[in-house]
Amino acid sequence: MGKFLLVTIQVDLYDRLALNLETDLANMVNKTGARGVLIDISALSIVDSFMGRILGNIGTMSKIMDAESVVVGMQPAVAITLVELGLELKGVSTALNVEKGMQLLHTKVGSFEDEEKEEDADDNSIE
Amino acid sequence: MIIVLSKDAMAIQKEQDVVPFRNRVKEYAVKIGMSLVNQTKLITAASELVRNMLKYGGGGSTLIEVISKGRENGIRLTFADKGPGIKDIPLAMQDGYSTGKSLGLGLPGAKRLVSEFDIKSTPGKGTTVTVIKWKNG
Repeated sequence: MGKFLLVTIQVDLYDRLALNLETDLANMVNKTGARGVLIDISALSIVDSFMGRILGNIGTMSKIMDAESVVVGMQPAVAITLVELGLELKGVSTALNVEKGMQLLHTKVGSFEDEEKEEDADDNSIE
Repeated sequence: MIIVLSKDAMAIQKEQDVVPFRNRVKEYAVKIGMSLVNQTKLITAASELVRNMLKYGGGGSTLIEVISKGRENGIRLTFADKGPGIKDIPLAMQDGYSTGKSLGLGLPGAKRLVSEFDIKSTPGKGTTVTVIKWKNG
């Protein structure tokens, strides 16, 4: 309960791999009961409309599976390009880096955790 | 007048060819000293166009050229496929229009990311897209 999944994308993914990531994540959320997913894309040199759609899908999918997701570490050049491309990444929460992303996940999941705390006061570790 | 300084052809047949192609484009962009933002824009546009070519044209050939016009250097990319072609180019260039299941940002988005954009298509024969990104453009 209350676990987070940390996903670091290390290489530029071709389409099949990106789709696999989507399925793998859904399975992992299901298997581990994670409440949050943090996706680190700092190693991605570009995010095109396909990758953008995958990130959006992961966000929507986690939400349906009762988990929050945050995308972190986007390169400035990638952000500038995304705006011009016309991709708004709607529904995708972002944070500057892993640390801030974790904080955001804690806040997002926190409101639920607080309710649970009343029942189980000993459990205050979320990570 | 545009002078071609170097030419590099690459065939795209499967989606695994996309990342090596993107890396090749990046290599040339770095070589002419393009800024990181412009590199990223060019590679993103290239990625959209090469994906279109695979998805709708069943693959094709690409050409990466280093070009020069006056004092300005740039990269010209050509994407040629022998697919079904595009019937209505103005419609295909509209944001959000897609015959597939994508977001419909590929062509109009790619156009916004480059300095010059040209598309020619003959239904039944294929489509050729040419883009230029100037080093400081």
